[in-house]
Amino acid sequence: MPADAPDAPANGSAGDATNTAVPTGPKLITARFDQADGYTYDGYVASGGYDALRHALTSMAPEQVHDQVKASEIQGRGGAGFPAGVKWGFLPDGVFPRYIVVNGDESEPGTYKDRMLMELDPHQLIEGTLLACYAVGAAQAFLYVRGEMALAQERIAQALNDAYANNLVGERILGTDFSVDIHLSWGAGAYIVGEETALIESLEGERGMPRLKPPFFPAAKGLYLQPTIVNNVETLSNLPWIINHSGQDFYDLASPTSTGMRMFAVSGHVNAPGVFEVPNGTTTFRDLVEAPEYCGGVRQGRSVKAFIPGGASAIWFFPEHLDLPLDKATVDQAGSMLGSGAIVIMDDATDMVAACWRVVRFFARESCGKCTPCREGTTWLERILKRMLDGHGRAEDLATLLDVCESISPGLAWPPKQTTICPLGPSAVSPIVSAVERFRHEFEHYVEHGRPIDGVERHAIHGTGGQPVHVGAAHV
Amino acid sequence: MSDATTGADTSADDDAAEDTASDDTAAAEPEPDDGRITVTIDGIERRVDPGGLVIDACNEHDAYVPHFCYHPRMSPVGMCRQCLVEVEGPRGTMMVVSCMTPTQDGQVVNTTTPSVKRAQEGVLELLLANHPLDCPVCDKGGECPLQDQAFSHGPGESRYIEQKRHYEKPIPISDLVFLDRERCILCDRCTRFADEVAGDKLIHFVSRGNDTQVMTFPDEPFVSYFSGNTVQICPVGALTAKPYRFKARPWDLSQVESTCTTCSVGCRTVVQASRDELLRYQGVDSDPVNHGWMCDRGRFNFEAVNSEHRLAEPQIRTESGLTDVSWNIAMTTAAAVITEALDGGGPERIGLLGGARGSNEDAFAWAQLADQIGVRYRDAQLGDGLPAELLGYPRATIDDAANASTIVLLGPDLKEELPVLYLRLRDAAEQRRSRIIEFSATETGLTPYAWKSIRHEPASAATAIEQAMADEEIAAQLAAGPVVAVVGRPNLAESPEATIAAAQRLLAGVSGATVLPALRRGNVVGALTLGLRPDDPDHDALATLRAAAEGRIDVLVLLGSDPLNDCPDSDLARRAIAGARRIISIDTHHSESTQRADVVLAAAAYGEKSGTTTNLEGRVSALGQKVTATGTSRPDWMIAVELGLLLGEHSLPSDHLLRGAATVDDVTDLIAATADGFASATRAALSAEPDGVLVDPAVPTPDPATFTAPSRNSYDYRLVVSRKLYDRAVGTAMSRSIAELAPDAAVHLNPLDVAQLGVEPGGDVTLTSASSTAVLPVVTNHAVPRGVVWSPFNQHGGSANELVDADADVTDVRIEPVR
Repeated sequence: MPADAPDAPANGSAGDATNTAVPTGPKLITARFDQADGYTYDGYVASGGYDALRHALTSMAPEQVHDQVKASEIQGRGGAGFPAGVKWGFLPDGVFPRYIVVNGDESEPGTYKDRMLMELDPHQLIEGTLLACYAVGAAQAFLYVRGEMALAQERIAQALNDAYANNLVGERILGTDFSVDIHLSWGAGAYIVGEETALIESLEGERGMPRLKPPFFPAAKGLYLQPTIVNNVETLSNLPWIINHSGQDFYDLASPTSTGMRMFAVSGHVNAPGVFEVPNGTTTFRDLVEAPEYCGGVRQGRSVKAFIPGGASAIWFFPEHLDLPLDKATVDQAGSMLGSGAIVIMDDATDMVAACWRVVRFFARESCGKCTPCREGTTWLERILKRMLDGHGRAEDLATLLDVCESISPGLAWPPKQTTICPLGPSAVSPIVSAVERFRHEFEHYVEHGRPIDGVERHAIHGTGGQPVHVGAAHV
Repeated sequence: MSDATTGADTSADDDAAEDTASDDTAAAEPEPDDGRITVTIDGIERRVDPGGLVIDACNEHDAYVPHFCYHPRMSPVGMCRQCLVEVEGPRGTMMVVSCMTPTQDGQVVNTTTPSVKRAQEGVLELLLANHPLDCPVCDKGGECPLQDQAFSHGPGESRYIEQKRHYEKPIPISDLVFLDRERCILCDRCTRFADEVAGDKLIHFVSRGNDTQVMTFPDEPFVSYFSGNTVQICPVGALTAKPYRFKARPWDLSQVESTCTTCSVGCRTVVQASRDELLRYQGVDSDPVNHGWMCDRGRFNFEAVNSEHRLAEPQIRTESGLTDVSWNIAMTTAAAVITEALDGGGPERIGLLGGARGSNEDAFAWAQLADQIGVRYRDAQLGDGLPAELLGYPRATIDDAANASTIVLLGPDLKEELPVLYLRLRDAAEQRRSRIIEFSATETGLTPYAWKSIRHEPASAATAIEQAMADEEIAAQLAAGPVVAVVGRPNLAESPEATIAAAQRLLAGVSGATVLPALRRGNVVGALTLGLRPDDPDHDALATLRAAAEGRIDVLVLLGSDPLNDCPDSDLARRAIAGARRIISIDTHHSESTQRADVVLAAAAYGEKSGTTTNLEGRVSALGQKVTATGTSRPDWMIAVELGLLLGEHSLPSDHLLRGAATVDDVTDLIAATADGFASATRAALSAEPDGVLVDPAVPTPDPATFTAPSRNSYDYRLVVSRKLYDRAVGTAMSRSIAELAPDAAVHLNPLDVAQLGVEPGGDVTLTSASSTAVLPVVTNHAVPRGVVWSPFNQHGGSANELVDADADVTDVRIEPVR
C-alpha cells in the first residue's frame, strides 16, 4: 500500500534509457541474503553489523545522522517515494514524546521485498530503526509486522531479544545516554493497515481504518496524537549502509532523481521470478525481465502483453514501456508509479478481463468499509466483472463500470483524484481504466460471447502454469 | 470569580461561541461584524464565525450540503462522503468533504458545480446500491434523510442489478432498540453517540469492507440509558425503537414542542401524536439545556399517558370501594371534606403534599388556594429531597456548570436521577473544560470522569469536604476559577442536613461558588418557588406526615404524590395515610396512596395539558398539549380554581386573582404578573424564546447546619438508599417498554464484605436497623466500598426504605445471612 505523500509527485524529466548493458551496483541491504546465518545476531555482527550504530552514537550528533540521510536523498520505499530525510524534518520542534513507526505491513500484491528483509536480515532493520530514533530524538519505536509473516515475526522477535541482551536496544545503549525501546506488533491481516494512519489506528488498538488528512498528518498528530514518523522496512534497512559510508556515496550510486540501490520484486509470467536489488533509476523494466541475472525472460518464450509497474494500485504498462528506467520521476511522467516496487508481468496469453477482476477483487475484499465510495464501489466493480466472466455481461456494463470508477475517482486521472478517505478506493480503479482503455475488445467479447477472446488462457494471472482455474469456484 | 455568577445570557453566548459545530446560531446576539471571516459560497460573499466548518457555513447560508454522518453535536468523521464540495485553494480546486474542512478567510466554496453534483450523485447511488429500499414498510419513510436526499441530490435511478447485502431483518440489540443491518448506511452516528456522548461504548463496527456492520459485543446488549437517541439520529430506518415500531407514518404525526418533565433537567422535546394518541417524543436541540438528547425514561414514558390504568373519571369512596362519579359529586364531596376540616379544626388540620409533577400553573393555583384558606402544611417534596432553602444560594445554570473550571458533585448519581445533566457534565470533563470533584459514598456514573472522586462514609460529606479543601492541589483547583456545586440528596437513608452542611462548608470556603440544585422531580423548582414550600421545617412533608400519623390532620391532599412509595420512611408514610381522617388525591394513575383516598380526582397528564414548567436552573419553558385529556380528567390548576369556588364561606373572595383564571393562559399571565421573580416568564417571552427564560425568585438561604454524622459501630453497615433511573414510579411502571428494565430490589455490598458475611451472591440476608428489619438478596458490587450497603429505592421485591427512620441522622444496619 503506498503511503500517502504529503505532496503531489514531482515532475521529473525522462531518464535516458540504455539497453546496452545492465547497470550494476553493490548490494547494500541484500548482502546477507546469501549468508546462511545472516539473520542471527552472531552472523550479523560478524559481517559488520551494528558498526553504524556504534559509530553514530559515539561520534555523530543526531543532526549529522539526519544530514547524511538528507544528503542521500533516499526516497521512501513504501510506495509514495517521499524523501525520508525531508519527512523527518516535518517533526515539530520541541514536541516530545515522538515516535518512529516501522511499517512492516507489506501487503501489496506482488510485493515481498520487506518480508525478505525481515526474514533474512532482521538486525539490519533494527539497526536502521535505532539510527532513525537517534536522528529524530525518539525514545520509542513500534515495529509493525504483517500478521501473515510468521517467519519474519519469529526472526524479528529473536533478533530483538538478542539486541536487548547485547545492550543494543533498551536503556543506555552501548553505554551512551541514548535509550530506545522497540515494541513489536503483529498485524491481523488487513491490507489497509499498510496505509500509515490506519497502521497507527491499529497500533492504538482500534480498527485499522485510515484517519483523515488533515488534520491527522502523522508527523504532527500521529500515534497517540504525538508526532510520529512512519518509515518503510526497506527505507530503514538502508540507513546502516548510509551511515557506514555516507549520504553522498548513496546518492552517487544511481540516478540523481532516484538515488541508491532499490529492491524490486518481480512476479508473474517470467522464467525466474524473484526479488532483486538493482541500481535505482538506471535499470530498465526490460533489464529486469530479460537479463539472465534477473528474471531471464518471459515464460515459454512469449511476449509481454502488459505489466504492473509498481504494485496492484498502479496503472498498467504495456510493451512500449519496457525500456523506461526504474526511476520514480520517469514512471510518474509516463502515467503510473513505481510504488512499492512490485512488478507483475502478464504475457500474451493473459485474459485481461480475468486479470482485471483478480486485482479488483483484492481491493474489494480489503476495503476497510469506512467510507462509502470504496466500501460500496469496489464491491460493485468486482461484481460487474465477475458477472462478465461468468458470461452474463450486458452491453451497458462497460459504461457502468467506468461510471462507478468515476464515482470513486473523479476524472479517472493519474495521479488519481478521490472521493474516498484514502487511496485504496482509487487503487481498484487503476486496473479497470488500464485494461478497458487498451483491451476494450476483450471486455466487449465477453459481453457478446460470454467467453474470452481466442488465444488466452482463462485466469492465466494465477501463474498456475497454465492450469485453468474455474472462476466461479473462488470465494467472493 | 465573577464569571461564575454571571447571568445565563452571557454563559449561553460563551457556549455558542465555543460550540462552533452547533447549527444553532440564533442564540448569538447581533454582534458587530469584527472577528468574523468572509467565505464565498456559490459566488456570494458570506460573513461566518471563524473556527467553524464549511458544511455549517454552507447550510447556514442557503447552500444546503447533503450529509449523513455529520452531526453538529458530535465530532466529524467524514465517512459517508456525501458532503463533497469544491474549495478553491492555492493548489487549485480541490474536492473536499465539507464536514472536515475548516472555514478560512477568503475561502471560495462551490456546492453546485457539475463536478460536485456528479460526485454527490455518485455517492448517493453507491449508498443506495445495497440499501433495501423497503421504504413502504420502513418506519423512517417520510422523515428519512436518505430518502429525502436521494430525491434532492440523487441520480434518480440505480443501475445496481447485483444481489444486495442480506442480513436477518431487525435484530434486537437491547430491550428497546432494533437494528436492521440491511438498511444501515454505516454512517457511524449511533456508534459515535454511544462512545462520545453517552460513554456506553457497546456498539461498534464489526467485519470490514462490504460486510461491515454495526453490532454489539457478543452476549452484551446495548444497555444504555440513552439508547433512544441513536434511533432519533439514525439517518435511515436501521435503528427503530420498540415503543414506536409500526405505530404511525411520519406524515400522520402532528407535533407540538414541549419540555420533558420526567426529571428537573427540562429537556426540550417535541410531543408527537396520531389520531389523538401520543406516539413519540423526540429531543429538540436546546443549546442551554439538552443539546438534542433525552434519556430513555423521558423518551419512552409516553406509554404511561396512554396506559389503560389511567384514571379517567373522578371517584369517591363508597361502601363498595372507590366508585366512578361525576365531577359535580366528586368536587362537592371534596369541598365538603375541606370545609368540614376548616370549620372543625381550622387550616392547621389540612396538609397538601406534592405538586412537583405538574406545571407551574398547577402549582401556582394550588399554592394560591392554600394561601387563601391558610394551609401551612405543604411541601412539593416528600422528605426525599433537600430543604427548599437550597434554592436560595446563588444559582448556576447548566451551562455555568458545564463551563466551570471546577464542578463539585455533592449529590445523587446524576446518571440515575438527572441523566441529561450527566451527559452535559460528562462532556465538560471529556472535553477538558471542567474538572469534576466528586464527593460520594459509592461510585457513581460520573466517577470515571471525575478528576478527584472522594469516597466518604454516608452522611460524612462535610468532613470529606473539609479534608479535601485542606489538600493543596484541590485548594488550588478550587481557587483557580468558577466553581459550581451540584447539590442534591445523595442518600435517602441519611439526614438532608448532612448534604446541606457539606454544601455550606464548601460555599464558605470557596468565594463566588454557585449552586446547581439537583432536586429531581420534574417541576420541583417551579412548585417550591411558586409557593408549594413549607414556611419552616415544622410544616414540611415529614412534619405533615407525622401530624397525620398522630391524628392531627383531617384532610390530606395528595397532589400527584404517593407517599407510600416515595417517602423514604415507609413506616411513617403508612402511619400517616392511616392516621389522616380524609384523603383527597389528585392523580393521573392509581397508586398505593390513591387507593386509600376518599376522593380521587382524575388529573390530566403530560401532553394532555399546556402550561409552563421550571427546570432545576430556574428556566421556565412551555409545555405543549397534543392530545385530548383521558376521560374527563382535568388539569390540576382547574381543579384548584373550581374547588376554591365551592368552599362556601371559605371560597375565594370575589376579588381573588384566581377568580379571573378561565384558561391556562390566564394562569400563566397571573404568574408573570404576580409571582415573585417570574416577571420575565411572560407568554410572549416564552414563544419568542423556545429554550425558555430564567426566573429568579427570592428564596431564603438555609440556616447554618451543624451536622456531624454519628460514629459507626464496626459490625454495622451504613445504609445508602438511592434511586435508579428505572423504578416503580408511575411514569415508568405504567410504560410497558421500560417498566421491565427496573432492577429488582437488592442490597449491594462490596465483594469482600459479601465474602466475609459468608453468603452467596443472590442469597438472602436479613438487615436489621434500629427501627425495622428487611430481607433482601445480595448483589456484589465493586462500586460500593466496604462497610457500606447500598440498596436501590422503590423497586419490586422488597424495600430497604422499611429500614429508614426519617428522624435518624443515619441508618446503620446489621446484616446476617438467612440460614
